[in-house]
Amino acid sequence: MSKGVRTAELVEKGLKRRYRAEWMFQAYGIAAVSLGIIFVLFLFYSVISKGYTSFAQTYVQLEIQYDEQIIDPEGARDIETLRMADYMSLVRTSLKDMFPQVEGRANLRKLYELVSSNAPFRLQNRVMDDPALLGTTQKVWVLAGDEVDQFMKGQITADEEESTRPLNDQQLAWIGVLEQRGVIEKRFNTEFFTNGDSREPEQAGVAGAAMGSFFTLIVTLLLSFPIGVASAVYLEEFAPRNRWTDLIEVNINNLAAVPSIVFGLLGLAVFINFFGLPRSAPLVGGLVLTLMTLPTIIIASRASLKAVPPSIREAALGMGASQIQMVAHHVLPLAMPGMLTGTIIGMARALGESAPLLMIGMVAFIVDVPQAITDPSTALPVQIYLWADSPERAFVERTSGAIMVLLLFLLLMNGLAVILRNRFERRW
Amino acid sequence: MLKPSLVLAAAASLGLGGLAIAQSSRDYISIVGSSTVYPFTTAVAESFGKSGRYKTPKVESTGTGGGIKLFCNGVGVQHPDVANASRRIKASEVQACAKNGVKEVTEIKVGYDGIVVANARSAQIFKLSRKDLYLALAKQVPDPANSGKLINNPYKTWREINKILPADKIEVLGPPPTSGTRDAFLELVMEPGCESYDWIAGLAKSDKNRFKSICHTIREDGGYIEAGENDNLIVQKLDASPKTLGIFGYSFLEENLNKLHGSLIDGKQPTFENIASGDYPVSRALFIYVKKAHVGVIPGLKEFVAEYTSERAFGQEGYLVDKGLIPLGSAEAKQVRANATGMANLKL
Repeated sequence: MSKGVRTAELVEKGLKRRYRAEWMFQAYGIAAVSLGIIFVLFLFYSVISKGYTSFAQTYVQLEIQYDEQIIDPEGARDIETLRMADYMSLVRTSLKDMFPQVEGRANLRKLYELVSSNAPFRLQNRVMDDPALLGTTQKVWVLAGDEVDQFMKGQITADEEESTRPLNDQQLAWIGVLEQRGVIEKRFNTEFFTNGDSREPEQAGVAGAAMGSFFTLIVTLLLSFPIGVASAVYLEEFAPRNRWTDLIEVNINNLAAVPSIVFGLLGLAVFINFFGLPRSAPLVGGLVLTLMTLPTIIIASRASLKAVPPSIREAALGMGASQIQMVAHHVLPLAMPGMLTGTIIGMARALGESAPLLMIGMVAFIVDVPQAITDPSTALPVQIYLWADSPERAFVERTSGAIMVLLLFLLLMNGLAVILRNRFERRW
Repeated sequence: MLKPSLVLAAAASLGLGGLAIAQSSRDYISIVGSSTVYPFTTAVAESFGKSGRYKTPKVESTGTGGGIKLFCNGVGVQHPDVANASRRIKASEVQACAKNGVKEVTEIKVGYDGIVVANARSAQIFKLSRKDLYLALAKQVPDPANSGKLINNPYKTWREINKILPADKIEVLGPPPTSGTRDAFLELVMEPGCESYDWIAGLAKSDKNRFKSICHTIREDGGYIEAGENDNLIVQKLDASPKTLGIFGYSFLEENLNKLHGSLIDGKQPTFENIASGDYPVSRALFIYVKKAHVGVIPGLKEFVAEYTSERAFGQEGYLVDKGLIPLGSAEAKQVRANATGMANLKL
């Protein structure tokens, strides 16, 4: 009796302290989660606030006279003549007509800076598609120069001192006139998604890098998924438990923690120097990333095989199934959602990886969008790195724009992993 | 139902098939090397590709040393055709090249680049001499009390070095040892600064190794911070901390004049005119090296070199000047163009 009272007293005495401890623990947890959320919000804010402007682009409308005397004086409409014609002078004439009072070499140079250097190539394409344009006058929208674009987006302002501003007062006055006439406007930047890299920020796009990432990931997926699943099934279902399999297991776990740059060095030594595969190719990138993601996939696959209850295996064997039938018909289908989730998470990591690609020459300036796994190419994270290192101010928004594209892909892949898990995973 | 054996076989054949297509030909030019020359070479590559006759060359940014090493690895389509360099090729590198069969190389000087020491516009402009910079950044400096002896760098603030400088802590962001900019900075600033002491200048002849170790060793006690190869990062950090100085290429200063100003070095401002005329003391030449054995093998290599050395590219008003390159004088440009067209052999 007295013993019971003492226990109750003791409990009573300690109760406050225990409640406090619990409260503290929860507070720590909430603080940790909020800190994480704050960092994520900060990241998203800084990327999106800098990058959203890259999805708009400034265009200028020029009145182009497709002068036959300049483009095709002989009138033969020969493809080679049309290709080599001096389209630059058409653009310049049009700008001069718009501002006839501009004189002097230096001033004219400033005037020509208003439109992007790819305007002549745009005209070239139009003429080659439709030679009937020759001799006519057309209104054509062309890309504005990167500094004009930055001014229209408010990244360069008129309050800056003229000596330190990339555009001088005269150029700002011209832009003002263009605005008045309604021949300069911002539009959705489709070229950002269709162009390859460029040294001119207004022409630079992520298509080349995105295709490079796509080819690299395809190679990685085709190699790492079957190899990873096969290794996991063998190790989990067939291999005997002995010192060798223990050693292999320890090594796989260690490989998962090796810094990714090491895989790049390995890829350089083995695939490029020994096998003589081309540098900068998604094929080599995919092989290197396969090495990197394999341990992740094997570990995830083994875990999901382990989660299949032994009763399923025993039932299959009891009904007369062979070992391979048991695995292929019953265990593997049940473990597949977990394996796919692991694979997708491994792929997402591979998509965001740039360090191993440094070593195998994928940090490169490549304008042409790659068409095959042996074409030279870059990848999205590498493109971000290269743009972040460019001196032109207009590349700041492009960098953040590319980060947004990469984040979108990562979100999609991780979202797919979550959906797969929720839809198909069975709990026992 | 998934058939693992089928998938495995497909993957294996794809893997082996991949290994079998070791490169046998290449229809684009492959360029490696300096990150300082990268913005210029890429601009030429893009313009060259746009003309439509050849594919756009591939330009990798590997750093000068790494680029020359790749370039010198051998002759054949798996090796690069052109190396960018922010300094001249070294005799040891030429030997390494020759050993691997790369015997004939054409050197093309494409222009100049200034190295600037800059800080944020909100702070005052520094007026530095190369001696000041040497005293601020070297690991060991001559003992002011005991001539002829070296002591570990005791200077903590700029005022201690020179009375006209502010009393701020010495803190300089600069490139790491792998960078060509760092090599050039050592040669163009630290060495002359060091030679302002007669007894050290004397060592240059008598004990070259000791001279190098005195003049080329940068302090490691926090006064000099290696900021990686990314010059843009230095620019952003300078904007955020006005008491810090940064060392980087002129083109980055030119693009960020709204945030930064360049320090005067030996009384000269880092401006386009001063660097082009050679008045500003810290400027270096930029080069590209072309493998002669690849001319005629890789389509367009000769034409690419012609584009690079054309008036509209590296001339006084060419598009490379818009990208921040300091052009050669017209006589020198003519000479370089003649060498490039004739693919003259490199003479050290």
